[in-house]
Amino acid sequence: MSDFNVHYVAKLARIALSPDEEERLGSQLGNILSYIEKLKSADVSGVEPTAHAFPLLNVTRPDVVETSLTNEEALRNAPSHTGGLFVVPNILE
Amino acid sequence: MEYEAVIGLETHVQLKTRSKMWCGCANQFGAPPNTHVCPVCLGLPGVLPVVNDEALRLTALTGLMLNSKISAHAKFDRKNYFYPDSAKNYQITQYDRPSTEGGWFEFEYDGAGSLDGLARVKITRAHLEEDVGKNVHFDRFSGVDFNRAGVPLLEIVSEPDLTSSAMAYEYLTSLTAALVREGVSDCDMEKGMVRCDVNVSVRPKGSQKLGAKVEIKNMNTFSGVRRALDYEIPRQMAVVAAGGAIPQETRRWDELAGITETMRSKEDAHDYRYFPEPDLMPFVPVDEWMNSVRSRLVEMPLALKKRLIREYGIPAGDAEVLTNDWPLADYFERAVRGAKNSKGVANWVINNLRARLVQRGCGLEDMRFPISGIGELVELVDSGRVSSKIAQEVFEQMFERGESPAAIVEHKGLSQVSDVGAIEEFCREVIVGNPKSAEDFRAGKPAALNFLKGQVMKLSKGKANPGMAGAVLERLLRG
Repeated sequence: MSDFNVHYVAKLARIALSPDEEERLGSQLGNILSYIEKLKSADVSGVEPTAHAFPLLNVTRPDVVETSLTNEEALRNAPSHTGGLFVVPNILE
Repeated sequence: MEYEAVIGLETHVQLKTRSKMWCGCANQFGAPPNTHVCPVCLGLPGVLPVVNDEALRLTALTGLMLNSKISAHAKFDRKNYFYPDSAKNYQITQYDRPSTEGGWFEFEYDGAGSLDGLARVKITRAHLEEDVGKNVHFDRFSGVDFNRAGVPLLEIVSEPDLTSSAMAYEYLTSLTAALVREGVSDCDMEKGMVRCDVNVSVRPKGSQKLGAKVEIKNMNTFSGVRRALDYEIPRQMAVVAAGGAIPQETRRWDELAGITETMRSKEDAHDYRYFPEPDLMPFVPVDEWMNSVRSRLVEMPLALKKRLIREYGIPAGDAEVLTNDWPLADYFERAVRGAKNSKGVANWVINNLRARLVQRGCGLEDMRFPISGIGELVELVDSGRVSSKIAQEVFEQMFERGESPAAIVEHKGLSQVSDVGAIEEFCREVIVGNPKSAEDFRAGKPAALNFLKGQVMKLSKGKANPGMAGAVLERLLRG
């Protein structure tokens, strides 16, 4: 098994796991990672690394302003808003 | 032991595009909250970002400006973190394949680390990313405005080549002036268009090893950067000199207290888990595209200043004024064409034309007198045909009526009187009318001559050649 740390990853993802869950999910994710380990045995010399399976480049849009949502539309799904702003819990750095 | 500071800057500037980085919402400051937003910049599920071509162009333009290598294959990555100003829970940026790499920026600076009044700072990279929303804090909750979210942001990273707060300040001032000139960004600090992260460490003077790096984040004024460094550098030096160690950490500048304080230590630093952005395709600039970007590159402020001094022989101070006011510099260059006295033209453009434009609240485009007018006026003064006092009057008329100076002198009869006979007549009249002053001068008070000369100018309605008037008066009084 790899150095996979389920507790750390859960913390980064802001997911609270019970010790039982950590145990169970940790071993499941560990198994998945070991499948992926197998990919390392494939010969990829001469293969250009890519993040895409599709050889598409330079997808851009012209710098043109389009209509935005109204403030009402933008806030419609917000659990709470005030003065046109989305309300979130107090931010403390 | 003596210590030295090592400073590197990460400068973020908002690019001057009409629309945002990934969507067509307006890139505009000052609108009511959450009115320039759409599903893309609000980070709603299922949306797809599409790169703004102009943002890529401005990034490449910056690369050319900074003598950088423009990447033949740039890509975007996700930087993952949770914070309310970023609704997607990641920021799209460029991690390992930025749009530009390397380069340098040269600016005027006189001090340690400069040569002949110039300093050169190496550039690590300039990469493209997106700005985040703005938080507003209330007593018991916070509010978020996403108008700024998705505005194209260019991060220009310098090498740790800066050695003092003053040098950092000059770098920032000159860099942003160049970016404004090239049309990359308006760099309006009042509107938060420029923000800066400062990396600073100290080490024994002459040492090659870098000390532990302290990052001061989110600086939004250049004077703040200077003040923060003026606090932080001596603080670090004192710790090290006392045998202590500086921990690698992030600090915050408290503007009111005038101190930096620990924000977070590197141990609990964020793990951003960068990975390639699956929603965006790589960008490979083709020659035609690069050439059209290259054709937008204009002369940088420092190059302009050097050329003005070299080509026209004008004083550095005048060249500086013109460099800071590009339309005026352009006007000067057109006005000086064919003129004999380029220093005189610069002087008139800066001290008279500019002052008058400010006073009247109008622009160069409102000037109706011929472009050669100021050169002709200077020539009229230099050849003694009008006095410099009358020249002011002629300029007024040029400004108001849009006529050439020759035409104004002609029909207003403003030609300077350089005829000895005519001047003698004025002088005799003045001496007769001011016996006391004449007596004072004869009794050895040279100041009295200036008074009499003034009277001659007054009597001649400013048309007498002042040099000749002085000489004639002196001759008559001594004679």
